Amino acid sequence: MHRFEFVRAATVADAVAELVREPTAQVVAGGTNLVDLMKCGVAKPTKIIDITQLPLNDIMLDAQGGLTIGALATNADVASHPLVQGRYPLLASAIMAGASGQLRNAATTGGNLLQRTRCSYFYNRRTPCNKRAPGTGCPAIEGQNRQHAILGTSEQCIATHPSDMCVALAALDAVVRVVGPAGERLIAMSDFHRLPDDAPERDTTLAREEIVLSVELPAAQHPLHSYLKIRDRLSFAFALVSVAAALRVTDGVISAAAVAIGGVAHKPWRVPEAEALLVNQAPEVLGFEECARRIVQGAVARHHNAFKVELAQRAIVRALTQAANGTPQSQSVKHVR
Amino acid sequence: MSVNDSATKSTVIGRPENRVDGMLKVTGAATYAAEYDVPGLLHGHVVCSAIARGRISSIDASQALAVAGVVAVYTHKNKPRTTMLGIKHKDTAAPPGQPLRWLHDDTIHHSEQPIALVVAESVEIARAAAALLRIQYEVIEPATEFVGALPTASVPSTRRILTPRTPEPRGDAATAFDASVFRVDAEYHTGAVFHMPMELFATTVRWDGDGRITVFDKTQGSQNVQLYIRNVFGFSFRNIRVVNAFVGGAFGQGLRPQVSVFMAVLAAKALKRSVRVELTRQQMFHLGHRPETRQHVKLGADRAGRLQSMSHKAIGATSRYEEHQETVVHWSSTLYKCDNVTLEYELARLDIETPTDMRAPGGVTGSFAIESAMDELAHAAKIDPVQLRLVNYTDRDVDADREFTSKELRACYAQAAERFGWSARNPEPRSTRVDGEFVGFGMASAVWEARMAPAPTRARATMFPDGRVEIESSTADIGTGTYTILAQIAAETLGIPMSRIEVKLGDSGFPLALVEGASWTAASTGSAVQCACEKLRAKMSRSGDRLTKPLSVMGTVVPSVLDSRKFAGYTHAAVFAEVRVDEQLGVIRVTRVVSGVAAGRILNPKTAASQIKGGMVMGIGQALHEEAVVDHRFGRLMNADFAQYHIPCNADIHDIDVIFVDERDDTVSPIGAKGIGEIGSVGVAAAIANAVFNATGRRVRTLPITLDLLL
Repeated sequence: MHRFEFVRAATVADAVAELVREPTAQVVAGGTNLVDLMKCGVAKPTKIIDITQLPLNDIMLDAQGGLTIGALATNADVASHPLVQGRYPLLASAIMAGASGQLRNAATTGGNLLQRTRCSYFYNRRTPCNKRAPGTGCPAIEGQNRQHAILGTSEQCIATHPSDMCVALAALDAVVRVVGPAGERLIAMSDFHRLPDDAPERDTTLAREEIVLSVELPAAQHPLHSYLKIRDRLSFAFALVSVAAALRVTDGVISAAAVAIGGVAHKPWRVPEAEALLVNQAPEVLGFEECARRIVQGAVARHHNAFKVELAQRAIVRALTQAANGTPQSQSVKHVR
Repeated sequence: MSVNDSATKSTVIGRPENRVDGMLKVTGAATYAAEYDVPGLLHGHVVCSAIARGRISSIDASQALAVAGVVAVYTHKNKPRTTMLGIKHKDTAAPPGQPLRWLHDDTIHHSEQPIALVVAESVEIARAAAALLRIQYEVIEPATEFVGALPTASVPSTRRILTPRTPEPRGDAATAFDASVFRVDAEYHTGAVFHMPMELFATTVRWDGDGRITVFDKTQGSQNVQLYIRNVFGFSFRNIRVVNAFVGGAFGQGLRPQVSVFMAVLAAKALKRSVRVELTRQQMFHLGHRPETRQHVKLGADRAGRLQSMSHKAIGATSRYEEHQETVVHWSSTLYKCDNVTLEYELARLDIETPTDMRAPGGVTGSFAIESAMDELAHAAKIDPVQLRLVNYTDRDVDADREFTSKELRACYAQAAERFGWSARNPEPRSTRVDGEFVGFGMASAVWEARMAPAPTRARATMFPDGRVEIESSTADIGTGTYTILAQIAAETLGIPMSRIEVKLGDSGFPLALVEGASWTAASTGSAVQCACEKLRAKMSRSGDRLTKPLSVMGTVVPSVLDSRKFAGYTHAAVFAEVRVDEQLGVIRVTRVVSGVAAGRILNPKTAASQIKGGMVMGIGQALHEEAVVDHRFGRLMNADFAQYHIPCNADIHDIDVIFVDERDDTVSPIGAKGIGEIGSVGVAAAIANAVFNATGRRVRTLPITLDLLL
């Protein structure tokens, strides 16, 4: 581990000022990802700015009936919050599908948004990686890529975004409020994470001097939901494919639909055109299959992850079916139904 | 007092006693190798190779040495003197070949090979300084892909001590196969898997002055480590004390002295200071593993399912510097009666570290192939899989030409099948659906060797005037319950309560025991303790007087040569598994496993059942989850951590049930116990794979069975 300076920010402005002052400084909250990355030498900040004392952990309703979740609210607090469980059970479910109890107690909402890929080449300093060391190459493309992306990849990077929470936030049309030297701004969830293109070292559109303040959810609009995560063991494993499905059914016809999938791309993957196919249709398997086909359209499979193209479609159909039936996937009884 | 008397009057032995060391463990009072508090301790961090094959062209330690608190950096350039003789690096558990001599020269034999040690005042300083070593390599392209090396496989050049010779062919398997009514001809593949005990390997060397050291080590053999340190570093026996009072799991990875011992003793001797070296979880993935195998099984049977021909060929992976060998192929003809048998075993050499025995080495991999093939035969012949095993049951070890000391495998089949509800099985694949999932039943036989340690095993019993009794043995309790069963044996033999017995283990200064492995500890050390306590009781009753000073006696047992010429000892089990498969998504759940075990006398059914259950969980991991993901371009393991190397978690484990069938065995060991450390893992993967076939109609011949294989 490299030597670093540790400071504790007293105010949001302090934290931003520190980031401006020191280009190689990094913010830490729960530390569940950053500390790992520092231990294995992938992250080498010269200064750590502890923001855990900032007043950013409230979870509250806004005037429009939406919900604001402070960046420092822990994953455990969000998942167990009555307003989240009552109005956004999809979000609670997705959070509970991830990590372990210990990690969820420490990990924060902002940190979860900013967690980095679990691509094993990214983590392993003995191998090249364009995300970790730009220009060195991507060994995953021709290497061990079972966990890797099938959608939105580039010749530079086929890493996936590992979060479960973000997949639900994408489906729920969340907006991320951030602050930087130029003041606050809002970033739509769909714009927050980027595709790798030719700059895989950049995961998000958050500027280096910016800090996440909160995640804002519009008023709940999908009474039916399910978060389905398919993985190599039933707990404490990253998704091979995950699906956040949200539906509103009016008089036997789908009136609103949102489907985001995880484990398949550098960001939570949403295809509005595919969701539009569902609207004004009866909630039936045939329609779900068409939607699923449209979502994975353009998928590029590699040697070990080709199965994801089919698995993703089947998981989408299953999650939509679970949602439509009002029987969302349980994250405590992990048995997939 | 004979064993038979004690068996009939049994009170303490055979009782489900709680672990005598349980309170120490749950309160943290049990001290493990990395926890010994030693004043003035230095900390070593092991630095490993970034390449898998080649040589180190330069190491520059100047930046690391400049860090405040760094005491020394050792590499092959400045390694303090160790023995010049390569052979002296061999320990008692080493396979044929030349063990890796760490820091010996600039050659890199495998990925993450230890190549330097940074010693500092704290762990943090040592790790930080280690990152500052500047190491240059000359890379040679590594060959780590097993499949690519199969054509070059050959029989081991030297047979490993204690690994039985591959039996000679009997009859004419090829002709009999061609003439058979039902034939199975299939290839099976098992990937490398890792031991992954909870406790990291660690060694704390206390510099006691005058050239004396006390070595607190995570090992399965304190006296094996003592011998290794003497041979490599030139200490005399009496100046080395090795302590392994508590070991947090090992599963075979602790049989051989690990790199932490070498590095810690090296630095302690050079610096004349106390030194601790604790490895990292990532480094634990490069200390030996269960080797990859490719197996080809051919079975031929007549119309009634009677085996007419059996051939089983296995190729196992090993390193280029040692020939690790396991008993993979023998089990087919140990389990089943057949007159035409060909068994072959070869090794493929790769640029990897030498594999290491892991819980039922060879038995776990071999049983996957033979028991899958038997299931394929049962399906082809339309015979119930249990019935097929019974039709081919053997009451004699034909290869060794010996009687079994005992074999209650029929009772295992019957009792476990009954408990499981096997009679409800529909033999037609894809015939049973519950809640949208396919349900499948599968079973497998299991066999593993039961023997006493092939050397004298001793134990000391000491009675104190206040009535307390101390039992001493150098054997280790690696989490299995050895402390507890030895206390039970002593209490029963002496006719006193367990509360008056204190068992002391894990110290090279205690009476002789071979490494704790091969499931022989209960049989060997248990019998030695019984022997010592019988002697003590005889002495007490002769003297008649009250003790005024401690009275010590030694018990010694050796395996009977006469018996070993007449009898072959094995533990047996029958494993039944139920899986539920979501065919759309490929998700497999192992919802029930029942194992019926015949292991002679069960000294403590509670600790014994825990052993078997742990073994079964390991089997589930091997069947469904655990996979070494290697990028062969780099010769590098890509998932060397617990986030990506998937051992089963609680959610993956459902009902596990263990039955011990009655098995009387007066021959296998004086105490009548066979040992149960390994049998629990054998057959589990095959039972699950067979259940997956019954559920889905898909025969998966490679492990692990990941969900993509079922899509």
